[in-house]
Amino acid sequence: MSSRSDIFSNIRRSLGVTGTERPRLSAVAERLAQAPKGVPVARGQLPKDDMIGLFCAQAEAVQCTVSRVADSQQVPEEIANYLRNKNLPATLRMGEDARLSAMPWSKTTLALSQGRSDGADLNAVSHAFAGVAETGTLIMTSGADNPTSLNFLPDNHIIVVEAADITGDYESAWQSLRERFGKGLMPRTVNMITGPSRSGDIEQTILLGAHGPRALHLVVVG
Amino acid sequence: MSAHPTSPQFKANAHEALGDAQLQKALGNVRAGFIDKRVKAAAKLPEFEDLRDSARDIKNHALAHLDLYLEAHEAKVSASGGTVHYARDSAEANRIVIEICRARGAKTVTKGKSMISEEIGVNEALEKAGMEAIETDLGEYIIQLRGEAPSHIIAPAVHLTKEQVEADFRRVHKHLPADRDLSQPVQLLTEARTMLREKFLAADIGITGANFLIAETGTSVIVTNEGNGDLTQLLPKCHIVLASIEKVVPTLEDVSQILRVLARSATGQDMSVYTTLSTGPRRPGDVDGPEDYHVILLDNGRSAMLGSEFEDMLRCIRCGACMNHCPVYHAVGGHAYGWVYPGPMGAVLTPSLIGVDQGGQLPNASTFCGRCESVCPVRIPLPKLMRHWREREFERHLSPASTRYGIAAWAFVARRAGLYRLATRFGMAGLGWLGRSHGRFKWLPLAGGWTKYRDLPAPQGETFQAMWKAKRGT
Ligand code: SF4
Repeated sequence: MSSRSDIFSNIRRSLGVTGTERPRLSAVAERLAQAPKGVPVARGQLPKDDMIGLFCAQAEAVQCTVSRVADSQQVPEEIANYLRNKNLPATLRMGEDARLSAMPWSKTTLALSQGRSDGADLNAVSHAFAGVAETGTLIMTSGADNPTSLNFLPDNHIIVVEAADITGDYESAWQSLRERFGKGLMPRTVNMITGPSRSGDIEQTILLGAHGPRALHLVVVG
Repeated sequence: MSAHPTSPQFKANAHEALGDAQLQKALGNVRAGFIDKRVKAAAKLPEFEDLRDSARDIKNHALAHLDLYLEAHEAKVSASGGTVHYARDSAEANRIVIEICRARGAKTVTKGKSMISEEIGVNEALEKAGMEAIETDLGEYIIQLRGEAPSHIIAPAVHLTKEQVEADFRRVHKHLPADRDLSQPVQLLTEARTMLREKFLAADIGITGANFLIAETGTSVIVTNEGNGDLTQLLPKCHIVLASIEKVVPTLEDVSQILRVLARSATGQDMSVYTTLSTGPRRPGDVDGPEDYHVILLDNGRSAMLGSEFEDMLRCIRCGACMNHCPVYHAVGGHAYGWVYPGPMGAVLTPSLIGVDQGGQLPNASTFCGRCESVCPVRIPLPKLMRHWREREFERHLSPASTRYGIAAWAFVARRAGLYRLATRFGMAGLGWLGRSHGRFKWLPLAGGWTKYRDLPAPQGETFQAMWKAKRGT
């Protein structure tokens, strides 16, 4: 017998089922179709303004830096300032995201480059799919627009997130994801990012900048 | 083959651990670190206790329908261009890993943290097949340099002090200047980051574990803080996921419920830094990500736990809270348990996975204080499960003769009320008289093992039964 059928028959023997019982099949089909939400968390259900406030506060609590700008026209300047204040080189790598491309980068002296990271880039900017207020988490989706390597290889990662895309809880973000990609369908990688990389593996001392970015700067637009 | 257990020698292992000054110093970090952080994180979320119930119910539902959710998961993985493999045991899982690596002509394999990979001993298997396996989680990297097994499921190197890590880095990273300063943890971290960057970029295959598999989407989920698991699966041409069958949950919503209790229970974070959902290989138009995506699902005894009194254990989400709160773990650390899984969860799981003859000692390593159960995010009744194993060990005559005679003698007396009263009265009076000057015993005949590490307070009066009687005035 193949390992697969062996394992399935062991599972079914232990559970005392055949795998064809109607109530079980429909329980599973229903759950997959309806994806019930479970216990809601109150902090994920705030009015929009408070939600954005909570998102920023939670992100700062996990060592992100956060700035807010009124519209996307101001993003390049904000990023140029951020890099200058940190004494970082005026270079920036990004994917093909149309929202980022449409920003007035020529107003700054930033040297832009496009594409995935090969590990040599110091600074990168990505556009978030969504932000989640309950834990200050960014939801990033992979693709040529925002390559996953930009989330991990550069030392300084900047993420632009639109205030309109900030949701209260994870469940609301999954709802938007389904609307965008289709129910049950996902891009290759969805990263939920909560703060810059860290490790506590040496004597339980938390240190930033383990393998991913050492610094994570968020620009909230709107 | 899987990691070779030394669990049968638990007593000797524990004895050694108690005398190890470095280890005792390092274990102080467990006691100091994890407990407070968990309490604070839980207190900040009013729904925490309800979410624990919810997490328990989701896992129970998934286990009761495990066959169907595994089928749904497999269909989705295939539809997104990935492949699911099934392995009955460690040998089979290793064989599948090696086949995939060989087909790609792989020389080096980077690895994210995976307890399943420890369980099956895949590093050893890869090395035998002529490939280099590189652990990339900082803690795992350190213990790999030392040729050790992890001593904690989320903090593999918690048994080491920074001086020990420094000595290892100097021993292994020989090409770096000998006079470099490595006295601070941050310097050690930076050195490991630089060393591993090169490995990530050069690797042919990346192996990660999975905290969850999502049936709805055919997704594997890893939860990390460092980002090493992400570089592991992102940069090589092929991503292999090693997971056990009970990791599957129905939907994204279900994962979200469990995530809310996972990091809070584990490290006291609201959320770990990186929760990564991977579905299939890279898509047309993608500019990075692996070209192949394989999920290897390991049974290794788990299907037999379903429907048994140990089924509850399959809910475990490997948060480590039970060991963080365990007085026995605090005293002896993880290596004494002698196999892959330490602490209370290991004491229940190890005999299930490698047999009660090998792991039967572990369920005895408990004071039955109940702290593990009180913090377990999926409410596994760990003390009850340990008791089940003790019963089985006793029934199968696997406990030592002295224990069996002792218990038999106790049972003989306890079943005879008059004799029991008499024996305890003389016992109490005798011990009270003997210990009257110091109030405690540093040593007692027949209980030398017990008194070696603590004193026994001398009884100060009557037996409980006598006091009860006096109090109630009957
Ligand atoms: S048994 Fe519970 S507390 Fe222990 S690791 Fe598993 S989920 Fe966490």
